[in-house]
Amino acid sequence: MSEITLPAAGLAPADPSARFYVHEHHPEHGTMLGFWLYLMSDCLIFASLFAAYAVLGRNYAGGPSGAELFDLPLVAVNTSLLLLSSITYGFAMLEMQKGKMRATLVWLAVTGLLGAGFIGLELQEFVHLIHDGAGPQRSAFLTSFFALVGTHGLHVSFGIVWLLTLMAQVRKHGLTPENARRLMCLSMFWHFLDVVWIGVFTFVYLMGVLP
Amino acid sequence: MQNQTDLSSLLFGRLSWEAIPYHEPILIATFLMVALGGGAVLALLTRFRLWGPLWRDWVTSIDHKRIGIMYVVLGLVMLLRGFADALMMRAQQAAAFGDSAGFLPPHHYDQVFTAHGVIMIFFVAMPLVTGLMNYVVPLQIGARDVAFPFLNNFSFWMTAFGGALIMVSLFVGEFARTGWLAYPPLSGIMASPDVGVDYYIWSLQIAGVGTTLSGINLIATIIKMRAPGMAMMKMPVFTWTALCTNVLIVAAFPILTAVLAMLSLDRMVGTHFFTSDLGGNAMMYVNLIWIWGHPEVYILVLPAFGIFSEVVSTFCGKRLFGYTSMVYATVVITILSYLVWLHHFFTMGSGASVNSFFGITTMIISIPTGAKIFNWLFTMYRGRIRFELPMMWTIAFMITFVIGGMTGVMLAVPPADFVLHNSLFLIAHFHNVIIGGVLFGMFAGINYWFPKAFGYKLDEFWGKMSFWFWTIGFYMAFMPLYVLGLMGVTRRLSHFDDPSLRIWFIIAAFGAVLIALGIGSMLVQFAVSYLRRAELRDFSGDPWNGRTLEWSTSSPPPAYNFAFTPRVHDNDTWADMKASQYQRPREGFAPIHMPKNTGAGFVIAALSAVAGFALIWQMWLVAGVGLAAMIAAAIVHTFNYQRDYYIPAEEVIRTEDERTRLLESYV
Amino acid sequence: MNAHPHDTAGHGHHDHDHGHDAHAHGSLRSYATGFALAVILTVIPFWLVMGKVFDKSSTAGFVLLGLAVVQIVVHMVYFLHMNTKSEGGWSMLALLFTSMVVLIMLSGSIWVMYHLNHNMMPGMMSETMHRDMP
Repeated sequence: MSEITLPAAGLAPADPSARFYVHEHHPEHGTMLGFWLYLMSDCLIFASLFAAYAVLGRNYAGGPSGAELFDLPLVAVNTSLLLLSSITYGFAMLEMQKGKMRATLVWLAVTGLLGAGFIGLELQEFVHLIHDGAGPQRSAFLTSFFALVGTHGLHVSFGIVWLLTLMAQVRKHGLTPENARRLMCLSMFWHFLDVVWIGVFTFVYLMGVLP
Repeated sequence: MQNQTDLSSLLFGRLSWEAIPYHEPILIATFLMVALGGGAVLALLTRFRLWGPLWRDWVTSIDHKRIGIMYVVLGLVMLLRGFADALMMRAQQAAAFGDSAGFLPPHHYDQVFTAHGVIMIFFVAMPLVTGLMNYVVPLQIGARDVAFPFLNNFSFWMTAFGGALIMVSLFVGEFARTGWLAYPPLSGIMASPDVGVDYYIWSLQIAGVGTTLSGINLIATIIKMRAPGMAMMKMPVFTWTALCTNVLIVAAFPILTAVLAMLSLDRMVGTHFFTSDLGGNAMMYVNLIWIWGHPEVYILVLPAFGIFSEVVSTFCGKRLFGYTSMVYATVVITILSYLVWLHHFFTMGSGASVNSFFGITTMIISIPTGAKIFNWLFTMYRGRIRFELPMMWTIAFMITFVIGGMTGVMLAVPPADFVLHNSLFLIAHFHNVIIGGVLFGMFAGINYWFPKAFGYKLDEFWGKMSFWFWTIGFYMAFMPLYVLGLMGVTRRLSHFDDPSLRIWFIIAAFGAVLIALGIGSMLVQFAVSYLRRAELRDFSGDPWNGRTLEWSTSSPPPAYNFAFTPRVHDNDTWADMKASQYQRPREGFAPIHMPKNTGAGFVIAALSAVAGFALIWQMWLVAGVGLAAMIAAAIVHTFNYQRDYYIPAEEVIRTEDERTRLLESYV
Repeated sequence: MNAHPHDTAGHGHHDHDHGHDAHAHGSLRSYATGFALAVILTVIPFWLVMGKVFDKSSTAGFVLLGLAVVQIVVHMVYFLHMNTKSEGGWSMLALLFTSMVVLIMLSGSIWVMYHLNHNMMPGMMSETMHRDMP
């Protein structure tokens, strides 16, 4: 699958040992692959939480169900915010490829604000639920709901912290190759969180209100 | 005053002076020994002014070779603790019959068998495996380090601090009494309100982060950093098994992380994942944790299989038989390991259709391993076998592991498992495969690669003493357990009423004593080897007439491993190079780009241990500060862009010339 | 998929360590297409549920899951630039392996837990789903 091509030797042909070493070798950066592998491991954390929700998600213990609790219009708004933030991050990456630092920072900031809006609305939702006696301690359904959605929210929050840190580092050092790698990793992270959200709004919210 | 009580409870949580076990003589004695021994070590470090070098050359090192050695040292040190637990259990079970209650009350005994399991799996086997992979893989693929050297250092310290947290549980508070997997509802807050299960959870969460990151690191290393010409099917078999092991790590440990997090939420916040009420389901814990647990045992054994492949081909002087089928067998095992997990709880009532499916898959998964055994045997056939210590351990493995594997296939049959589950037969089976497979593999690997790492061979006499004590001791300690299991004796019991069982426990206790002598002999082996190191010195870098690239370097290798990256043409690259009369290049050396040492990994890991301890004792303020400090330290580290340096060409020239001189004088 | 020609001007920031660019990028068009598809694939499921379009929950469930899978693929292709070339095919392999494990985990857990609950906790099971469990 990854047959490594041999660079030209450039050595005296009389030396037979020369076929056994290279003079200059620059191994490829492993950062993108490494981060992708981390995302795969994160996928499995979410899969465990999805599995818990799949098994426990109808155990209402006499308490409220998804149909009674979920505010689908609110979820639709949240979904839009996150989806928009994905495309604004995409715009940031396009600007980064063109080497435009200020424009990159602007789109990153917009992404961060949209993410913050998502988290704000989600926190509001959680506070309401807890206030109405539908907190994570009420039933296994609510436990698995809060765990899954909450973990996703925690990831988004970490993403925002990372985004702010990267914005500071881009301002300080510019769009260097190192910073470009970091921005690409955050890009993967951010889009990955949107992918997980597709699972969440489908499996938890939409299917959760079905009888 | 109210404010003071609030503040002190925020600061100290449920930690109080009562946490120290004043009334347990065994623990007091242990503490005194640790204090004396630890004090002696600290005094020696100070006396010989080693603190500076310790910090500069080891603690902050991002060199995979140093980190690999530290992992192995951690594993061997924790082996002493885990084995002390084993000796106590054997002694208790041999003594506690009828009126005699033995010397360990159940409250204490339960912690001993829990700690024994947790330590042996997570802090002995995993570090040994990770350490050997860390040391050897970059050398085998012709690389200068792993893909993410800083992450490697951080991963080690997370593992080490996880182990430290368990050790602290000996003297501050107590440990879990639930068995090594801590099933709820027993591990829930109602049945185990004390700190024991919390120590369990947080030490594993911390160590687990280290392990997962290490997995990512090694996969990226193997994929991206192989020498030119080393296609996948030209990699050494140990590197293949390392790749599959790390794939399993990345694809399994997150599940453990998630499940332990769910358990801790149940305990700390009152959620209902695994409770008996309000819709929780304790079997979901069992289900999820074994989805992790089965791949885990393959994580442990696959590297051992890789070691055996290297050892057999080296000490039979032959290319490994059936390289392609070895690779396929390893990959098949990797995939199939996700399809067998229910065999760990056949008896829990999932019914015939579910049990049959998993019983069949479990039997199927034994086939690729069988193929490997045949490949090793075919490699030995018509080879020129040299019975050096690594080869001795390999032969002991082949016999022992096959027996253990066969009892595993017996257990794979659901109706048989209904009789044998949770009996001593099960205990005998898994010790059979873990000791016979994993531990013998680690001992083979340590004897094999020690000269590479330290520049001198291990003493052969004490190595053989260790080998025979271990092998005979193992059979004496565990064959009686098969008998007892077939007679119906349950696991984890600290007292028995039937005197006819006693003889078997006494034989097993003797076996444990022999194993203790085996461990002692190994420690003597290390000491004697160090004292005799001048005689045992390996000048050539290739003491065994090896076949893979690590043997082309000096012993120990220079920091940069290879002055020039090797170019690969065939499997068994070093054998190929020797057959082609390869000559080391003596000139043309350039400056070499290397990563810098850093203390950031140690600091962040130490903070995580503080935060973990605080969470265990409900010291919320300290926990919050600790977590914030971790995040801050990580962010600060990311602002460091000066992470590398160049080894000047003069230094490379000097190192390589020194090696040339050594090789010529030795010949 | 994302086979748009790279702008030469946009590569100033890449490493010069290796001669070829192994990391796929998007373009305005691909991000916009992905976004439009994602919006459609979001609006439809919300409408299906809020408008109570299907009678049977199981039908609705399957359709919703199917749409979710399609949208995940859209995200993978248009936002994450998933293809068989990146990292020499290892990204795709990693994704496929992870998906396999996730599938086994989810279906395996549901199957096993259903049987455990059914056999060991009679009367506690909700019979609305999993009527035809194997």
